[in-house]
Amino acid sequence: MLRSIAAQFAASAIVLFARLVTAVRGIWFGADPVNRQRVYFANHGSNGDFVLIWTVLPPVLRAKTRPVAGSDYWLTSKLKTFIGRDVFNAVLIDRNPDTRTEDPIAQMVEALDGGASLILFPEGTRNLTDDPLLPFKPGLFHLAEARPEVELVPTWIDNLTSVMPKGEVIPVPLLCSVTFGTPLTIQKGENKATFLTRAQSALAELAEEAAT
Amino acid sequence: MSAPSEFSTLMLAVLSILIVATAIAQLLKRKMGADNDVIENLIARINAWWGMVALLALAMLGGKAGVVILFALLSFAGLREFLTLTAKRRADHWALVISFFVILPVQYLLIWDDWYGMYSIFIPVYAFLFLPIIAALRGDTDGYLSRVAETQWGLMICVFAASHVPALLSLNIPGYEGKNVLLVAFLVVVVQLSDVLQYVWGKLMGKRKIAPRLSPSKTWEGFVGGVASACLVGAGLWWLTPFTPLEAAGMALVITLMGFFGGLVMSAIKRDKGVKDWGHLIAGHGGFIDRLDSVVFSAPIFFHLTRYFWSV
Repeated sequence: MLRSIAAQFAASAIVLFARLVTAVRGIWFGADPVNRQRVYFANHGSNGDFVLIWTVLPPVLRAKTRPVAGSDYWLTSKLKTFIGRDVFNAVLIDRNPDTRTEDPIAQMVEALDGGASLILFPEGTRNLTDDPLLPFKPGLFHLAEARPEVELVPTWIDNLTSVMPKGEVIPVPLLCSVTFGTPLTIQKGENKATFLTRAQSALAELAEEAAT
Repeated sequence: MSAPSEFSTLMLAVLSILIVATAIAQLLKRKMGADNDVIENLIARINAWWGMVALLALAMLGGKAGVVILFALLSFAGLREFLTLTAKRRADHWALVISFFVILPVQYLLIWDDWYGMYSIFIPVYAFLFLPIIAALRGDTDGYLSRVAETQWGLMICVFAASHVPALLSLNIPGYEGKNVLLVAFLVVVVQLSDVLQYVWGKLMGKRKIAPRLSPSKTWEGFVGGVASACLVGAGLWWLTPFTPLEAAGMALVITLMGFFGGLVMSAIKRDKGVKDWGHLIAGHGGFIDRLDSVVFSAPIFFHLTRYFWSV
């Protein structure tokens, strides 16, 4: 009880903080902010990425949208566990195939079956290169195959890496935006490589769209 | 909460203008239809003006604290827009953090403290010399000069120049004690009204473009009509100031010209960076810099002219 009140309070504080620092704006370019089950797949450059997506989602959608995050990061301290589990209600997956006891895809499917929408970073890790995107990991494909009716929304997060580059603690206040592209779904019989290329280029094109 | 009596007279005038503008916009909407883009933008602009006037009035009623805090916040919002567009790399992180969280607040504390000798050199000298050192220590030389130069430019425009508006409160003008907040009102009203009048004259009879590549909406007709009418208004507002009507007209001419060119310069930067507006937070206007560019360019000149000729 106390924990859930604290979690709600922390969520509001985090959203307010994100807005003060980045004045983040959601641009619903190819999709509308409607109550439909979705997987938002986004570029990943900063730990604050899902906070930004979360912030621009209308509260109704926010309440049922769960980020998919690495348990190897989020379960390493009490505070991180509280934020990851209680505040963001994240689907925590173990990214290391050698140590994991649960199948990450099964965990995501279970969350979808529970009615949640997901925020997924298909690059798998934060992109610290100068390229706009790292090659996508196959998770998005397996998820799409398992639940083909769920809309996959390409989501481009702009500028957050400059606000908080890896390893820095104090954010620089700069304007950020989150652009939602046209949803895509997996086609019958589409193979892994084709699908991942299609999803990746949809996100890359959205990035160029967002820049103009 | 102690504003000079002239302040309420001015507020009454500004509110009447806003009411008339709102009425005209609604009439135009009824006549031209609700889906006309120009009218829609006009209405958004006027609505935003109500908010901006309310905020400014509130700040001025709050006296020195109100004006200093308001402009510190505006500097923050402006600097955030400016530095979003400038060249930067990971190596600039600390220089940027220091710009926002040390240089900006210190500049406004110096203004609050009336320390003229320091606030007029703090950014042009100290920030100018120390920020490039911090950036250099990180060892990344790619685009180094553009990075440090653009950051310094942002600080000069959004913090240094903008802080000259509240700095007006520290001027000591014989016979004008306790009324300095009216100088702020005179500057802001004349410059912003000049922008509005240039827009109105331009929309009504603008034909010949001044700088089509920089700013397609600026025309000679709008410029001449706007500046001339703003100068008349400025002369008519002499009772707010320590100036005679003729001096007020001259001052109004200087600040409206600076304001016009400020808009042009900031447009050039937008074109260079490939954006249409600086931001999105003021509906109908764009970003904070879109609204403040003219004030920022005129404030330091207005401050120094007033200081040199009128203060002791």
